[in-house]
Amino acid sequence: MKFEGGIDKLSFWENNWLTDMGGWFPGERVVLRGQDMFSELKDLTWMGQLMLGICGRQFDEKQVQLFDGIWRISTSFPDPRLWNNRIAALAVSARSTSNLGVSAGLAVSEATIYGHRPLLATMKFLCSTQELLERGEPLASILIERLNIQVNGRPGSGKNRQVAKIPGFGRPITKQDERVIPLLEFAETLGFSDGVYVRLANDIESMLQSFGHNLRMNISMLMGAMCADQGLTPRQYYHYITLCFSAGIMFCARDAEKKPEGSFFPHRCECIDYQGPGMRDWE
Amino acid sequence: MKEKITTAFWNEVAEPDDPYSAERCYCSGYDVYGDLIKKAAWLDYLYLLFKQTRPTQEQSALLNVLAIAVANPGPREHSVQAAMSAGAGGSGAAASLMAAIGVGAGNLGGAREVFHMMQAWQRCGNNLPRWLEYFAGFSEQNCSASDVQESSGDVWLPLEHPPGFAPHGVRCAQPVKQTLTRLVECYKESNRDGRGGEHTSWLLQHREELEVAVNMPLAMTSVIAAAMLDLEFDAEQGEMLTLLLRLPGAAAHALEQRERGWKSFPFHGDDLTVTNDPQRELPIAPVNSSEI
Repeated sequence: MKFEGGIDKLSFWENNWLTDMGGWFPGERVVLRGQDMFSELKDLTWMGQLMLGICGRQFDEKQVQLFDGIWRISTSFPDPRLWNNRIAALAVSARSTSNLGVSAGLAVSEATIYGHRPLLATMKFLCSTQELLERGEPLASILIERLNIQVNGRPGSGKNRQVAKIPGFGRPITKQDERVIPLLEFAETLGFSDGVYVRLANDIESMLQSFGHNLRMNISMLMGAMCADQGLTPRQYYHYITLCFSAGIMFCARDAEKKPEGSFFPHRCECIDYQGPGMRDWE
Repeated sequence: MKEKITTAFWNEVAEPDDPYSAERCYCSGYDVYGDLIKKAAWLDYLYLLFKQTRPTQEQSALLNVLAIAVANPGPREHSVQAAMSAGAGGSGAAASLMAAIGVGAGNLGGAREVFHMMQAWQRCGNNLPRWLEYFAGFSEQNCSASDVQESSGDVWLPLEHPPGFAPHGVRCAQPVKQTLTRLVECYKESNRDGRGGEHTSWLLQHREELEVAVNMPLAMTSVIAAAMLDLEFDAEQGEMLTLLLRLPGAAAHALEQRERGWKSFPFHGDDLTVTNDPQRELPIAPVNSSEI
């Protein structure tokens, strides 16, 4: 049996990568988003360049400060107990390289109870809610419909783990998110603490409280709201947050370097709580 | 000791004078170094780790065929290219395998596609009308890739083709057909009562009808999914095992390219065109690169 297939589509791309992202002209110059990196873009900060690459437009100085501040305040804790940070601490404690530990830690940041999945889901939730509000739907009915969705998995455990139905509220380990007020205060200094999406986040929190849900907004709600207020799409936001935990992960790698090999939370054999079948022979 | 690691399949007994070293290790009750290591085949042990039970004779044979079929997708395949790219540049062993895993995890020929196919199978069963309905629903979405990407709240990009099929293929590739046929044969050879192997047998029987419905040839990911289901793995286990079983080829190719070096590995020196290069007199219209 023969199909039309996509041979033409594939052969078009064979030895032919067309891009408006940019490229390297060996020994001469580098182009990013249609601009010369060493002349036209020479004044960009690293965050400014990153956001230009992701979004295809240049943000002003205050916006870049906001993107930078969101990472600084919200996502880079030097604590190796956190699941993604722990990877780097384990890697270096086991005397792997820091880079491998950090890379693996970044991959692990695509988690469900924290990290990229709830961050992205929250951004998407904010965008879709705002869209429905603009169409005239009341916030209460949007949230009730969302709360009534049937799901087949929970964030914390089990098969098919998935992000909460209303993402951006509550938190593992502690209910209080200590980052919310510092980030709001920082955003206020830049004039970004009262945008449409930040106000929406507050409205959602108040509405949920009135429903009797005793969960407070966490940092992912605020991060998503502030970035949506700057016009980021969910997909652009996904790329923006990809490296957001990198500093914290690296701090933990650096910390483990200074300790003896194998010293990161060693476990005794007796720490295994075995709940399987008893001893048997392989016949 | 406050916190423990809870597990249903691994236990350790410490050396009498060293609480941090195991004297005996038990996998689902079997003494791994004292007994199992003398008697078990590697793939049977692998099955035990995932299922906490030993495979039947036919499952063992099936897993052996599957492990061979997926061990090396070849140097043109994305995940192996990634491992080779790591090797060619002189990156280390772990980087090569991490590259292969990261690239081979996806929805085009990767482990996530196997996951989707297994989930779909759990919904549709070995029931052709249900599959046809499933694929019809898929095509009715009729979304451009960028529309779907925009509406997605998940880290994965949405599927751009029905899972388990080759969007660029002209006909079902010979290795796919050969693997599927061999899986069915080996089940029959090793199973006297003819039971089991339902998913691979059903797929072999209905391959062409499914291909017509989807208008694409069957891909290896479908065959992997069918075999995983015959082995009684769930979708999450199937995804994980697909990643694992495909590493041998990536590793071997990475080592080879590492030794050969970057000069003998494709760099595509003349193959990249910057469509909006400020020094280009006539800009080229970009293809499929709208901002999302």
